[in-house]
Amino acid sequence: MKTKTFPHGIHPPELKNLTEEISLQPMPAPEKVMIPLLQHFGAPAKPLVQKGDEVSLGQKIGEGQGLFSASVHSSVSGKVLSVDSFHHPGGTPVPAVTIANDGQDKADTDKKEIKNPFSLSPEDIRDKIKEAGVVGLGGAAFPTAVKLSPPKDSPIDTIIINGCECEPLLTSDYRLMLEFPDEILKGAELARIATGADRIIVGIEDNKKKAFELFQEKIQDYEGEAVLLKTKYPEGAEKNLIYAILRREVPRGGLPFNVGIVVQNVGTAKAIWDAVSTGKPLFERAITVSGQSITEPKNLLVRIGTPFQAVIDFCGGLKEDGNILVMGGPMMGLTQWTPEVPVVKGTSGILAWNAPAPGTEYSCINCGRCIEHCPMALVPTQLAKYVQFDKLPEAESWGILDCVECGSCQYICPSKILLVHWMRLGKNKVMSSKQKKSA
Amino acid sequence: MTDKLFILQSSPHFRDKDSVPKIMYVVIIALLPAVFASLYFFRLKAVGLYVSCLVACLVTEAIFLWVRKKPLQSLGDGSAVITALLIAMTLPPTISLELAVIGSVVAIAIGKQVFGGLGYNIFNPALVGRAFLQTAFPVAMTTWFPPATLSFDTATFATPLGNLKFEEAIAQGTLTPLKDLFWGNTGGCLGETSAIALLIGAIILFSKKTIDWRIPLGIILALSVFTGIFWLANPDKYASPVFHALAGGLLIGAFFMATDMVTSPITPKGTWIYALGIGFMVGLIRLFGGFPEGVMYSILFMNTFVPLLNRYSRPKILGERRKES
Repeated sequence: MKTKTFPHGIHPPELKNLTEEISLQPMPAPEKVMIPLLQHFGAPAKPLVQKGDEVSLGQKIGEGQGLFSASVHSSVSGKVLSVDSFHHPGGTPVPAVTIANDGQDKADTDKKEIKNPFSLSPEDIRDKIKEAGVVGLGGAAFPTAVKLSPPKDSPIDTIIINGCECEPLLTSDYRLMLEFPDEILKGAELARIATGADRIIVGIEDNKKKAFELFQEKIQDYEGEAVLLKTKYPEGAEKNLIYAILRREVPRGGLPFNVGIVVQNVGTAKAIWDAVSTGKPLFERAITVSGQSITEPKNLLVRIGTPFQAVIDFCGGLKEDGNILVMGGPMMGLTQWTPEVPVVKGTSGILAWNAPAPGTEYSCINCGRCIEHCPMALVPTQLAKYVQFDKLPEAESWGILDCVECGSCQYICPSKILLVHWMRLGKNKVMSSKQKKSA
Repeated sequence: MTDKLFILQSSPHFRDKDSVPKIMYVVIIALLPAVFASLYFFRLKAVGLYVSCLVACLVTEAIFLWVRKKPLQSLGDGSAVITALLIAMTLPPTISLELAVIGSVVAIAIGKQVFGGLGYNIFNPALVGRAFLQTAFPVAMTTWFPPATLSFDTATFATPLGNLKFEEAIAQGTLTPLKDLFWGNTGGCLGETSAIALLIGAIILFSKKTIDWRIPLGIILALSVFTGIFWLANPDKYASPVFHALAGGLLIGAFFMATDMVTSPITPKGTWIYALGIGFMVGLIRLFGGFPEGVMYSILFMNTFVPLLNRYSRPKILGERRKES
């Protein structure tokens, strides 16, 4: 069968066989959860509880502040031990609510099911999503209600459901697609209603044929189709996915709504359905715990705020040789210095393996492979040189701000140059010099 | 709880296995068929030239690394070996070993290390060494003898292109047959003569995706079109494009020298201009220039344009609208 794809990109080892056949399993809630008040793109939430308060499962403990923010909910029932700054997988400590689990999972009583969620108005759907603190679960954790409120002058015609999961090792989205296809499609339908779009397109890579066939059949009840995509990294990167499926180019510096599209991850679609139909807030998510240094790799439904250590222990513990701990995928994930950090809404995986010592870094030999593989069609080696020599205007005009930090260039570089590091540094410098100018 | 320490690094955390030394070793392996062909055709003379070039290049590289306080392990990256092989392969078999050594020292010292070593040189180092010899010792660089497989009077032997240019070979009917050009049963520089051996090497390079296919294709295309027009107009005076593609240093230049990553453009568009430019220049020099052969000067000439080509051939970024910006 013919598959769709985008130009360039890479083929890293997939390593999905470690967990792809393992069903999602709910992990029992730990004795103590640390729930950061910033787990999303935007401003931190304002704490609603204080030390000593009793909280119930799903109770709102942090209120989103302003437009780009999201509310935070308790993932257990129990007693608030502290509201204080705590480790965060993002690297810098942020305010977090620590709750001792009483093991009762006492739920909020005033949440009620809605008979026919599809009859709700777009505003009602967005309100419920916002109330439930739903954010994009693909990794960027952008507040979903904001994403579903495109400006009036950009009509949306298509909701793309992103089932690519192009990062190596991760399989939790695949399991969600196999085990919760109806919830995902119903969530997509709600997103369609909320944005006024005409159709739903589900994009799935061809290493997940089973999921594709399932969706091809299920989507017949909806306005839309399932599309098979080539297994290639980064097929699931928003702008590349849109180009692969519809051949539309999101303008530089723009967002998908500029071309009439909203992209939602499969996990987010399910969270939308849960939030709108039952009022269930986002207090747990599917993650993959894998890598050759995890004793028993698994796919888990984990409560937000569970320490990585507890998750790893639940998976048989860390093997001796594990020397790198990553949140997310191996291509874009963040390394962790301690397993005490909690699972947050943006945690798609917890990975550990034995990373080899970095190879010798050579000077650039102009092989051009970074250019041949950059999914944004940038010139990474030239951008890195501009940043090294502090030529920021040149770096900007050559598109450094278009870089999505997917890591394809650094993956392929035979000289082992830390290209993505230079990109990040350059983007940071360009942005801060812009802010200075506008101030 | 554990007090284990983890590695902290910037993503991505997976890296491809290919590396600079591996690329260089693929090129060396790809050169071997032509090296063996030259050993067969030129026997001991070839052995002497390869050994002198290898020793001279590696010693020069080592001295420079030591003076510049760079790690001596860089010797193992294979780039100096490639330069040595390429110099030896582009020398006439008659040349003395001293001149081969001088060419090698110039190649590494002036062609590569003064710019900052691997990755920073503007010109192909091997061609810098050869161009120096060609200018300083023109007679030694244009005296040929036939391969051990042919029995000729050595004093009057000329290369196929020399024959074509200076001896009116087409009118005389003495143009080297294509068959001999293909197998290498003819006069010429050490490693240039056997087209088949070079093509086997090219297949190795392509199978490992080590070289940009645009470069050899562009060169051969431009040369064929250029020489083809004249051949069609007057086949009694001009040789066919096939002859031009197989003769002289065209194949070794197109597959092994113009494709040098360091000295060729990084953008696809720039690469096309660079390759077509080389092919056109070769045709121009061979048909109307003072020399029978022009591959070396064509590549060096186009090398000078590489930074400019890179600057003005930035690819279109995804989502970019060229007219607005």
